This record gives sequence, structure tokens and C-alpha cells, in this order.
Amino acid sequence: MTRQQFHRLVARTGPSIAFTIDGTPAQAQAGDTLMTAILLNAPALRRADFGDAMRAGFCLMAACQDCWVQLDDGRRLRACTALVEPGMAVRTGAGDD
Amino acid sequence: MTEPVIAIVGAGPAGVRAAETLALAGLRPVLFDEAARPGGQIYRQPPVGAERRPDALYGLDAGRAVAIHAAVPALRDRIDHRPGTLVWNVFGNRLDTLGPQGYDELAFDRLVLATGAMDRVIPFPGWTLPGVFTLGGAQIALKSQGVAIGRRVALVGAGPLLPLVAHQYAAAGASVVAVLDVTPFSARLAALAGMATMPGTLARGLWYTARVALRGIPMHSGVKALRAEGDGHVERLVWTGADGREQTVVCDGLAASFGLRSESQLADLAGCAFDFDAQTRQWIPRRSTASRSSLPAVYLAGDGAGIGGADVAELQGRRTAWAVLQDLGRPVDGAAVARLDTALATQARFRAAIEAAWPYPAHLVDAIADTEVVCRCEGITAGALREAVTARDATEVNRVKAFTRIGMGRCQGRVCGHAAAELVARARGCPVAAAGRLRAQPPVKPIPVLAPTAPAEAAE
Repeated sequence: MTRQQFHRLVARTGPSIAFTIDGTPAQAQAGDTLMTAILLNAPALRRADFGDAMRAGFCLMAACQDCWVQLDDGRRLRACTALVEPGMAVRTGAGDD
Repeated sequence: MTEPVIAIVGAGPAGVRAAETLALAGLRPVLFDEAARPGGQIYRQPPVGAERRPDALYGLDAGRAVAIHAAVPALRDRIDHRPGTLVWNVFGNRLDTLGPQGYDELAFDRLVLATGAMDRVIPFPGWTLPGVFTLGGAQIALKSQGVAIGRRVALVGAGPLLPLVAHQYAAAGASVVAVLDVTPFSARLAALAGMATMPGTLARGLWYTARVALRGIPMHSGVKALRAEGDGHVERLVWTGADGREQTVVCDGLAASFGLRSESQLADLAGCAFDFDAQTRQWIPRRSTASRSSLPAVYLAGDGAGIGGADVAELQGRRTAWAVLQDLGRPVDGAAVARLDTALATQARFRAAIEAAWPYPAHLVDAIADTEVVCRCEGITAGALREAVTARDATEVNRVKAFTRIGMGRCQGRVCGHAAAELVARARGCPVAAAGRLRAQPPVKPIPVLAPTAPAEAAE
């Protein structure tokens, strides 16, 4: 999970937000969407519903519905519109059988 | 006398200008917007905590963007702005909504749909790999979040947004490794006189293109074929140039867009008549020059009923408001309406030139192999679609949907619907208009079964 898909071009100040991806601690910043938060730390968001491929979102404008992710607490969130919150525990499904 | 309830869906340039014009005429429209902040996708605002200077976000369009953003708070007491609220159904004169307070509904007297557009998607090998995004998505990553979709980014598509996004990415410090247009450069030259109808807009487009060229970013037109390759994510873009030569560029982010498509589900649910537009090859809700739909209570503004772009959306938003006012028997500023109609007519001539300058890239659809995934929601292939047509006699897209589930996944056909119709038409050997139009179904986007319900209002 070392390769990141997104790269931050514009540095900004503001509180950092701790969350986890498949149990691994990760950092985001206030104002990051859940999608931004995950893809700055990981190569993908979730496993595709059909097949083994991973998915990393597609349209970023709440149209394609490709970026719904599962949290440990049971919530399912559209990652391009939800903002990251402290303590979120994301399950990408990577490595699941 | 009770005031009429006017609902507007979408707070992009069209919806905001419609709301403003109605509010200034003394009405109090309800402005629904799925986003937290106004601006739509074109003038998308960053979330709280991620704000940046407008000129850094919107470049030459910063003035327009700021004006749209500022219009909503300026009207705060005169409109009922409901951000973060999805309108997920239209049934008769009722909207079903889901917002921060949960499910709700609104009975309207007049409905203005300003639902916007998204990138038109055409599948190509590798398009579902992580790292492939729409061009609009790549732009939003930068504008809304200050991030690039990859370390080395390639852009492919058909349309004037390509040099704009390339410029925005490069100016923000991203490495743009290739800009590929799948339509021939000769089409742009042939349409140049028509595009000169709007010299300012043309100049902006040429300026962006020149900036990209000056940075030494490779730009190619007339690309004949393309594919993304990589092991589990995008690692390379391979394309066949106009000269027939295959070339490869290493990249880990790829943005693709083949024109735009209108977001028209709510117009369909409302019962609006649709017409097939032969030039853009899509079904669009029928709209008069005054932005009236085929239904007396429903009006259509902006890209949700045919693509015109942000400037046209503002004009149509205002024009729509005047049509609503006229139909309600309110005073109408005839001079203002005449100015809007003149401006819209000029824009329409410009738009026709734009469509001619970036013709439909049919060769990409012709090249879609049976094994290619068309529906990314559920992994349905082009071969499955063709089989439904040839072996099961499905003659139009809704029948094909029943057999294959194309258009039935989470995106409801927003991503796959266009290519599906093109593939069905080719398999049948009929015009794409004869392949039909996917019917909209509520809810137009996924909504939870359980959500907080709105507090019951006390009886009055």
C-alpha cells in the first residue's frame, strides 16, 4: 500500500486528520474528501464488485458512483463527496479472498 | 394570495442566475443543490478548509466564478437555498429529496431543471484501471482539492477542454506527459471561421493551447487508437497517431473525455419530451429558445438539456426565469429578454462551430472489442450487449438492459449508456436514434434505505 495515486500540488495549513486504511494508520488534512485522503496514501479505493480488480474512482462529481467505500463501522460513503473525518477506518477489500 | 412555489435543481451557473432573476422579481425560489457550496462542477468550490485564491482555481474565468459564488449568499434572505440536498425523483408536481435533515418532499408550481453535464465516456482498453479518470474528474481533483490524479499525467479526448486542463495541471506544477485529441486537426481549421463568432472565447482557447505548446508538452490530434496498460493500475498509454505509428508514453494518471453528455434523468422522470440530436448523438430534453420544456410547469436551463457551456448556462438561467415570470403573469423586462435572446443566438452559432471542430470520434466505438467492459459498475462487456442484439433479438437499449443489466448498475447508465446505444445500433445496423434511449428510474442516484426523517411539522 505504498504507491499513492493522487499527489498534493498545493500545500495548505490546517489540522491533520488521522484515519486508517485496512488498519494501517494514514494522515489527511481538513478539507480533504475521503477520496483524496485515501488516494494520497494508497493506489485504490476499493475492490470492484465483480472480479478481482481494484477501483480508484472515475468522475469525482457524484455521477459515476465508482467510489463508494466501506468503513469498519458499517457506513458506506461516496468518497468523492464525503469529507474525511478523524478515526475513519476504511476497508478497501484489497487482499481479501 | 399564496406565492407560487418555484423549485430550481442545481446551483451551477444556470441555476444560480435563474434563482437570482426570480428573487429580484420578488419571488422566493427554492434552490436545491447536491453540493455543499454553489458553483456547479465548472465553478466547483473547495470544501471548507481547502480554500484557495480564485485566480489560482479558475484562471481566466475567476471573475465569472466569484460572481456565481457570491450571488447565492447575497440573496440569502430572498431564496431558500438547500445545499447538500439530492433531488432523487420527480413525480407529477412533487420532488422527492434527501438532504442533511433526511428525506423530504416539495410540491412545486414551477420546476427549473439546471442539472448540468458530465464527461461523455467511450470505453477503450484499460479504461477501468485505477488511475484512469474523466477529464472533468481530473479538473475537479485540482480545483477542489489541489491534487493531481497522478505523478505523470496524460490527457486524451475530443474537445476544447483538453488544452485547458493541460494548462491548469502544468501551471499547478503537475507533469503533463501527453495531450492527445482523437479528432483530426483539419476539423478545427475548417471550423475556425465559425468559432470566430465568439472571438473572446476563441482567443482564450488559443491562449491555453499556446501555453501548453510553449511548455513543450506533446500535443497530437487525429489519434486513431489508444489503450491504457499496466499491472493493476495505469503504467503506460499506447496510441496510434494520425501517421499510423504506434507510440507509448509512461504515465500513472490518465484523464479521458469524449465530449459532454447532459444529465437529464430528472427531466425524463418529469415526463419531458426528448429529441435525438444528430450532431452530438444524444437524446436531449426538448427546449424552446425561451427554455421551456414540453411541459407547462417544467423549464430547462444550462447543460442539462444540450451542451452550451458555462456562459450559455448563465444566459439560459436568466432567460428561464423570465419565461417563468411571464407564464405566472408577472411583469417581464422585454429589453432584458431581447438582449438575452440575441446573446444566446450568437452562442448557438459558436456552439455549432465547436461541435464541428471536434466531431464525434466514431472510430473509437467501431474499435470496441467483444471483451471490453462497457458497464464499469457490473463488468458487462460489449460482447454481451452484441449477443443480446444478435442472439436474443433485443432491438433497443431498454430491451438490452433487461437481458444484460447494462444501465442498471449504480451509475444508472450515466457512464455506459452512450456507448451502449452506439454498440446496439452498430450490432443492428441501424441509426443510433433507432437504438432508443435508456429510461430514467428513481432514485436517480443511490440513496440509503435508512436516513433521518425530517421532523414532522406542526399542523397549521
